[in-house]
Amino acid sequence: MKRILAVDDSASMRQMVSFTLKKAGFDVTEAKDGSEALNIAKQQGFDAVISDVNMPVMDGITLIRELRSLPNYKFTPLLMLTTESGLDKKTEGKAAGATGWIVKPFNPEQLLAVLKKVIR
Amino acid sequence: MIVEHDDLQSKLNIGQDEDIKQFLTFFMADEEYGVDILTVQEIRSWEEITEIPNSPDFVKGVINLRGTIVPIIDLRLRFGLPAVTYGPLTVVIVLKVKLESTCKIMGIVVDAVSDVYSIAEHEAKAVPHLSDSDNTQFVAGLVNVGEKMVALLDLQKTMDI
Amino acid sequence: MSIDLSQFFEVFFEESFEGLDAMEAELLNLVPGEEDLETINTIFRAAHSIKGGSGTFGFSAVADFTHVLETLLDQIREGARTLTAEHVNLLLKSVDCLRALLRTLQAEQQPDLTEADELRVKFEEILGMRSKSKVVQQQTVSNETNIKNTFQIDFKPHHHLFKTGNEPLYMISELAELGELETQAFQDDVPDITNLAPEDCFLSWRFFLTTDKEQSCIEEIFEWVEDDADIAITLCGGLFGDEEITTTETATAVVEQKKEVEPIPVKPTTDTKKPVPVKATTANAESTSIRVGIDKVDSLINMVGELVITQAMLSQLGEQEITEATIASLQEGLAQLAHNTRDLQENVMRIRMLPISFVFSRFPRLVRDISQKLDKQVELKLLGEQTELDKTVMEKLSDPMVHLVRNSLDHGLETVDKRVAAGKDPVGTVTLNAFHQGGNIVIEIMDDGQGLNTQKIREKAIKNGLISENDDLNDNEINELIFLPGFSTADQVSDLSGRGVGMDVVRRNIEALSGSVEVASAPGVGSTFTIRLPLTLAILDGQLVKVAQHTYIIPLISIIESLQIDISKVSRVGKDLDVLRLRDEYIPILRLYNIFNHKGAIETLDRTLLVVVESDNQKVGLLVDDLLSQQQVVIKSLEANYQKVDGVSGATILGDGRVSLIIDISGLIKLSGLRKPGSQELIIESKANLEAS
Repeated sequence: MKRILAVDDSASMRQMVSFTLKKAGFDVTEAKDGSEALNIAKQQGFDAVISDVNMPVMDGITLIRELRSLPNYKFTPLLMLTTESGLDKKTEGKAAGATGWIVKPFNPEQLLAVLKKVIR
Repeated sequence: MIVEHDDLQSKLNIGQDEDIKQFLTFFMADEEYGVDILTVQEIRSWEEITEIPNSPDFVKGVINLRGTIVPIIDLRLRFGLPAVTYGPLTVVIVLKVKLESTCKIMGIVVDAVSDVYSIAEHEAKAVPHLSDSDNTQFVAGLVNVGEKMVALLDLQKTMDI
Repeated sequence: MSIDLSQFFEVFFEESFEGLDAMEAELLNLVPGEEDLETINTIFRAAHSIKGGSGTFGFSAVADFTHVLETLLDQIREGARTLTAEHVNLLLKSVDCLRALLRTLQAEQQPDLTEADELRVKFEEILGMRSKSKVVQQQTVSNETNIKNTFQIDFKPHHHLFKTGNEPLYMISELAELGELETQAFQDDVPDITNLAPEDCFLSWRFFLTTDKEQSCIEEIFEWVEDDADIAITLCGGLFGDEEITTTETATAVVEQKKEVEPIPVKPTTDTKKPVPVKATTANAESTSIRVGIDKVDSLINMVGELVITQAMLSQLGEQEITEATIASLQEGLAQLAHNTRDLQENVMRIRMLPISFVFSRFPRLVRDISQKLDKQVELKLLGEQTELDKTVMEKLSDPMVHLVRNSLDHGLETVDKRVAAGKDPVGTVTLNAFHQGGNIVIEIMDDGQGLNTQKIREKAIKNGLISENDDLNDNEINELIFLPGFSTADQVSDLSGRGVGMDVVRRNIEALSGSVEVASAPGVGSTFTIRLPLTLAILDGQLVKVAQHTYIIPLISIIESLQIDISKVSRVGKDLDVLRLRDEYIPILRLYNIFNHKGAIETLDRTLLVVVESDNQKVGLLVDDLLSQQQVVIKSLEANYQKVDGVSGATILGDGRVSLIIDISGLIKLSGLRKPGSQELIIESKANLEAS
């Protein structure tokens, strides 16, 4: 079973993402900010990471940058959850090493469709 | 919902224009009174009661009804009649009374329980107002049951203490 | 597979309300010109979360409204716009509006968007633009044209492509889903094995895709790697020959097109449900869940574990033959059981305990709004915010407290002019102070305003027939008259308070919680309202006492000591008050049999038992016939089926099934007619206590 790390400071979003991915057959771990996510990622391996951008303690882009510097996350798909107003965030994200983005708000079906591009 | 209600009513043979209800009657000071049986929770014999300091004389005190504190009212004193010593027949009728927005459980001390009758409420006649000191406020109406007269208690007024 | 999103709604609502509270708290702390970035970020994130969540869960009205807030906040945090007081006020109003919207949605009703729209227009004016009315959703709907075209797609990833996390294989398979795909792979670039960098991509491809889908669908597949590969899409075999268009141009053209195209909203779950029979929404919907620290849960689990062990031990003992030894063990086991039960029940009660800060947090906003409205300057001080009390009690306490604070602001505190004229600081102070005392929680609401106008109260009381001209009452007693129904001294009924339905309702609400409220006031100095509430609603350690043939219970926590009266130490004060000299204090003796009107009690003082108790800093002695056992009792309500009784805080059921009444010491003191110390002293004393602590 492929493992996904879902990071968002909003509990309802985490729940929705987690539920959707689990239903699709993935194993999901949740984190509420970039720092917690980084710690978890250092201890276990994941096949993909989905992260919100705006979070307290450590934001999504910093998280992606940190993950890319870890040897076993060099090729891992790292996806950003961004709002439509954040076009420049996309560029910043890519520069930090993001694989791609999912635009908020999204529904569960959209999430799965996008995920298929990088993990199956 | 409405259909079910009508169904139920017809099953119980209670017509909508016939408001026959069952009443539990009891004796107090040689008069017979009645209360809607649906308000009666249980009937208990007189038992030890805990007095409440500085309460009106008709509030005898409170008892423990399976964990709930229930006040007991002496109906005689409520009606301003002289008290009597309680005897072996003295009973406490525990009632569930709807007061304003809540339901309260309270008990009344009566001389003895009588019977259960089916009474058509609409047949109850209003009580003639005799004097200022009477207790007609506590009685909703008078009705004939066979040869005797039963006074239907207005629980809302009686139990509003 | 479609997922029912409504299962996440409740969490979304709760976290959004919390987010709004956080926004409000931070907004109140903001001083334009001195704001710090972290505060702005916190406020931004809260708005951002609410926008994201509401959009995701289909509450588009909320999402649209929050969008403008987020835009403004984003500009401020990027430094593109300076924060002004007007912004803060507008944001605070938006917080209120959002709260109301979310509450309506939570109750599954149609929200009224008038206020939100009005506020949104104001935001748009500030932002200088008309923002889109709908959140643009990424177009993932492919437009079918029904014309089959063949595209030639040249895809040459840059060497580092893998390090972006993208996988060409998946892209190719997505391409294959669009139609018929022919693939040619080129290995020209692949170096020999000695030079092969294993982490790099050296392959490239040419695809021929025959599909009825638009070119944009193809571009979408490669969207993420636009900058990490050379991509060229050519339409083949068209009537006008091959048209080669480079991707980058097309990409931007398409992106621009996307911005103008009327977005086809991907159908969200509507937030306008069919009108359901209206759920009774109270203005403050009481939440039915409670957050519990996991440490509390863990200790509970431990306790239950111990209880199980004790139970197993007892049942094992029960199966043995009854001998002297087993009886002793049984007694030990029972003592252990009592201990376990006691621990368990204390811990369960603690779960329902929350810090009073939850209630206090309403007040900064309230004070700010009202002081602005009344044009008075007020500083709010909150003390003892961590003092814990039962959740239900706290919820019911909120309204009475709000009324008392409003009262202080409206009638207590003077206008700036008046204060200056009186030589006071132009900024008035309202202090909320919470602390534990005995088995109670005490909440003081103090203001340093003009105090109660005792004269006016007296006149009004006489006019309303509450007292007569000849009644001799001290100032304190007159002040207490404001708690009687139908009382109001406001010259005009201000819309804040003073309609005459206030104080008596406040008192009734607090008494319904088995508590009490009192006022102490000094003219020109200020007023203090003191609310007293029992800490735990259900369990009490009690001392059983006998008065005549009646058994009463005195809360153990209020007992200082019990003694036998030495008549030589008793003196008479005034007409009928006896006091006992105890070390260096004089303790008034309250004859319980008198206060409770019981016959047959011991009336002489010499060698009679006196239980010295304390309540609100007053010590009194209760005369009893006998001291019985000490027990833990479960408090049962008298009010449920009867009513509040003066001097009695509740009832309990003793081991033998009899009902016993629990004495309310402060109520008893009042009932006894023992006068309270002068109000002036009380206020000055409370102030001194605060300054000292």
